[in-house]
Amino acid sequence: MLQNVVALMSLIVFLPAVAALVLCVLPRGRENIIKLVAMMVTVVVFAATVWIAIPAHTVQRSSEEPGPVAVSVSPTPGRFELGNPHMQNVVRLPWIPAFGIEYFLGIDGISFPLVILTSFLSMLAMAASWTIDRHVKAYCVLFLLLETGMLGVFMALDFFLFYVFWEVMLLPMYFLIGIWGGPRREYAAVKFFLFTLVGGVLMLIALLMLYFSSDLSKLSQQQRAACHIDQPLVVSLTADRTPQPVHTFNMLALAEMGQMPDSPFDRPLLWDKSVGWWAFVLLFIGFIIKLPAVPLHTWLPDAHVEAPTPISMILAGVLLKMGGYGLMRICYPVCPAAAYELAWLVCAVGVLSMVYGALAAMAQKDFKRLVAYSSVSHMGYVLLGLGVWSATAATQFNTTAWKMGMSGALFQMIAHGLSSAGMFFMVGVIYDRVHHRDLDQFGGLFHKMPVYSGLSVGIFFAALGLPGLCGFVGEFLVVLAAWNYHKALAVVAASVVILTAGYILWTIQRVYLGPHYKGPHGEQLTPITAREVAIAAPLLALAIIFGVYPKALLDYMTPTVNHTVQRLAEWTERLHR
Amino acid sequence: MSLPDLVQNALHDALHRSLPAIRPELALCTTIVCLLLAQMILPRWRSGPYWVTLVGAAAALAVLEPWQWLDVPAAERLEIFTGMLVVDGLSVFLRSLLLVFLLLFVLLVWITAVPPRDDAGELFVLVVGATLGMCMMASANHLVMVVLGMEMASLPCYVLAGILRFRKPSTEAALKFALFGAGAAGIMLYGLSLLAGVLGSLHLPTLATQLALLMHSGPTAEQSLLLTLGSLMLAVGLAFKLSAVPFHFWAPDVFEGAPAEVGALLSVASKTAALGLLVRLVLAVTAPAVMAPAATADIGPAADSFPQQTTADADVAGQGSGAPAAIVNSNAARPTAILPDALAPVRRFIVGLLSLLAVVTCTFGNLAAYGQSNMKRLLAYSTIAHAGYLIMPVAAAVALTGGIAPDAPASGGVAVGNASPGQTAEADGPALGHSGDVQTIGERLAPRRIAGAAPASAAQMAVASVLFYLAVYLFMNLAAFSITAVLRNAIGSERIDDYAGLVRRWPSLVVCTALAMFSLVGLPPLAGFLAKFYIFSAVVKAELWLLLAVGGLNTVLSLFYYLRVVRAMVLPPAPNDQSLPETAARRIGRLYCIGVTIPLVALFFWSETLMQWAARAAAGTF
Repeated sequence: MLQNVVALMSLIVFLPAVAALVLCVLPRGRENIIKLVAMMVTVVVFAATVWIAIPAHTVQRSSEEPGPVAVSVSPTPGRFELGNPHMQNVVRLPWIPAFGIEYFLGIDGISFPLVILTSFLSMLAMAASWTIDRHVKAYCVLFLLLETGMLGVFMALDFFLFYVFWEVMLLPMYFLIGIWGGPRREYAAVKFFLFTLVGGVLMLIALLMLYFSSDLSKLSQQQRAACHIDQPLVVSLTADRTPQPVHTFNMLALAEMGQMPDSPFDRPLLWDKSVGWWAFVLLFIGFIIKLPAVPLHTWLPDAHVEAPTPISMILAGVLLKMGGYGLMRICYPVCPAAAYELAWLVCAVGVLSMVYGALAAMAQKDFKRLVAYSSVSHMGYVLLGLGVWSATAATQFNTTAWKMGMSGALFQMIAHGLSSAGMFFMVGVIYDRVHHRDLDQFGGLFHKMPVYSGLSVGIFFAALGLPGLCGFVGEFLVVLAAWNYHKALAVVAASVVILTAGYILWTIQRVYLGPHYKGPHGEQLTPITAREVAIAAPLLALAIIFGVYPKALLDYMTPTVNHTVQRLAEWTERLHR
Repeated sequence: MSLPDLVQNALHDALHRSLPAIRPELALCTTIVCLLLAQMILPRWRSGPYWVTLVGAAAALAVLEPWQWLDVPAAERLEIFTGMLVVDGLSVFLRSLLLVFLLLFVLLVWITAVPPRDDAGELFVLVVGATLGMCMMASANHLVMVVLGMEMASLPCYVLAGILRFRKPSTEAALKFALFGAGAAGIMLYGLSLLAGVLGSLHLPTLATQLALLMHSGPTAEQSLLLTLGSLMLAVGLAFKLSAVPFHFWAPDVFEGAPAEVGALLSVASKTAALGLLVRLVLAVTAPAVMAPAATADIGPAADSFPQQTTADADVAGQGSGAPAAIVNSNAARPTAILPDALAPVRRFIVGLLSLLAVVTCTFGNLAAYGQSNMKRLLAYSTIAHAGYLIMPVAAAVALTGGIAPDAPASGGVAVGNASPGQTAEADGPALGHSGDVQTIGERLAPRRIAGAAPASAAQMAVASVLFYLAVYLFMNLAAFSITAVLRNAIGSERIDDYAGLVRRWPSLVVCTALAMFSLVGLPPLAGFLAKFYIFSAVVKAELWLLLAVGGLNTVLSLFYYLRVVRAMVLPPAPNDQSLPETAARRIGRLYCIGVTIPLVALFFWSETLMQWAARAAAGTF
């Protein structure tokens, strides 16, 4: 049974990479077959994640009433267990024993929604790649490698493995933008590479600092078991008989150590700041480059504008989420002290991104650039939702707001993944026809392409945060949570919705409404094809489903989010006692 | 002891202990003789030199038996020829690298046919001779051997740089190289004489002991000045071999003038040997006895035995013969272990010097590489930058020997600790409490630990990281240079701009280039990343934050120019879209490039054995 889980998880992560290697040896010239194979692979991966998502067994757990809970063995191992806040489908095999590095995968309520999002968007993006006609084989190979990297990031539980997957995405992305991109593709690709590599190097430094400060022997056996370290701990002694610390890259164990009373990360490191503080700052910078947040966002508009449509979808839909995921998975649980100390910074950067992104979006003339800046603005909500800390004035430990904030941040990531990918695809559809993206040269598309315009307007409204669509839920939760932390922040965050409405409505007016089309190539405005509908419609459908019935998604996330927040809240209480 | 007895002893020692230990070197000498004879006896046998060298290198590797040496947790340390050379894990590891490189080098030269076939004999005599010198450098235990080894390695290289005798830049580069080399060697020799003058010995362990005693009793101002001057001058010689800034000027010109194959030799083999020598020198001085708990017993006997050793060693230095066999074991009790604090200023000086060298070299190399348009020049600066990266963990190792880091000798034991069960125990008792269990483990473990070997120290790990990096570096740079050579034969150019559009014409080679370049940057999933991770972890362990920051910054800087090579091949359209017809030479060249690139990927996923070997080789150094 365990073997099945190992196979399933490894299949999800490595099937695309293996398929990429197989594609390498296929002869050139059979372009459609190559596309078909790549498409099949993404479909299989998506099917595997959906199979996991079908709820296996609902365990009734409630934190209010302690006592024995009805836990029964899940009938099919591998299926996601709703209501279980812990890691599931854990795969743990040794890899580099010299550093205690492991092949360690798992999913929980935070990562699993993102895994599904990734496999789903990869499938749609591959379908959107049908228009690629240059170097098809290389494109498909790189695309599949990229998918492996993305899935690996969300599933890795070993920090080193996480870092490897994180960096593995760099090369495919560089080439995908640099070869198949727009006119300024080389500049954009190098800029993307450079920014991400800087973030990666900072992360590497933080990773090493945490590793060498960690000590597994400080954890009790129960704690180790909770981190899936089930084999006995091996401790060696030095010449003077003091035990050597047992370092680890296990992210769960690092979190346990970060939250324990006498944390090894409290050791002062440099300039009166602790290891945890430095690690948090370095990781925070690394992750908000990816998120991206103002002022480290400048790579994003260039990369988005120059990337081909499917890659823009992946960039906006998945890659940006990695920053938020990293904060949620590593920064907050591992370095709570620094996160508490710097909560104001996180919130401030979040609000700044929201406002700046919205204002910048309003000023754009290029359709794609506008969507890119809207991403900056929307990802600001994620930061704000995460930054909200429960201890207001160190007296009140109200975790409700905090849980709301983190759920909101996670929900916003999924919602933005759907809506931004949809928006980029919609821009791509129109760009394929008229070969320009100048907002002032559109108009009247409703007459010529009614189905396309209907779908677009739906997706744009989802991004706007219209109640009943997915964008609303996340933003609403975040703003509510922010109110508890700082009222002014909440007011600013809420007002950004007005700015958002401003640029999106104005865009809809300029592009879809109006009497007639003003730009060049008007004769090529043919109605949307079935393939394009097949890509856009699921996105809109999910946006509506999650807007009307957010519980469908929250059911997966809430147990883990609540558990994480509860742990951190306990940590804060201990701090103030 | 009478003279005949002494002679008898020495003879016995040389024949039965020392000569068997240098079998690989003897194999190389035989190869040289065979090469010369083959040219004389069978001048028409065109492929003769290749076969002879190939067989010779393989035989040398076979008699070196690295798999046996590195299969035991801590290889024994064997001083041979009355302490002139030492055979230990480090020496075996480095010599294996050098011989593996020699094998691959012969294949490369065979494939790319760089010297006119008639010159192959001379070329290989020089290359094998240089390798012989490098092997000496890797095992030197005596300052005279340091000089001899370095000169033996350098002189053939000067000629190799000018092997294309009809090309003007080539001869010019060779002349420049020779002049620089002679200057550096002279300065180094002078520095060594200063050191020997102050410390009264040329035998490294004795010299280290003397230094420790001198530092303990407090050197006079003159002595300090002489020591500082001497070590700076020694550093000049090593920096020249390492092509570290500011003694790197020869590198770009020589690399550009010489064929790419020779560039590979200079950048890989020469650097491996020089770095091994650097590690040996600094560790001999700063970490005399981290691993010798016996020496901590008592100050009395150790100090007493000391003058006696010095006298004995003076004999060696003076006459080179007739020394009693006792010298061979002179490292058994090294009194420096009892004077750890006395060496602190020495360590600080060396760490400072190496850090400065690393920072400047790394940054300058990367910045200068940015503007290059010739592939070989770019690789020359890349080599310089990598010298900087490689010096970093050496500085870390020195810092870690002295306890600059809070738990210096205590930590990093996971590497070897897990591997050898004799020194470890399981802490799996259900009764073990949350943090109280640590003590319990300690108590339970104590007797076992004393029985087994001591766990690996952080300093050992730092040295192991250097060795691991060198092994990976061999393949990275060999791949880069062999691609340059194969491309030169195919398209007749070494300018990066002329690589435009190569991806259409020769995709497999472009993939190899990309892998080699990104491995040099240090990106996963390539071995270069693992190597960089390893050395950075040593630097973090030593808490040398400046080095870490510079290393990180340089990784980002280096991205630009490595990426430029790949970019040139992939992004712009080919100027004239003629395809390269697949000839036999090209096919085999391509296969060779793929062959040396595969380890870059494979070593990322399966690095365990190599890491273990490096750790064991490093363990033998202390």
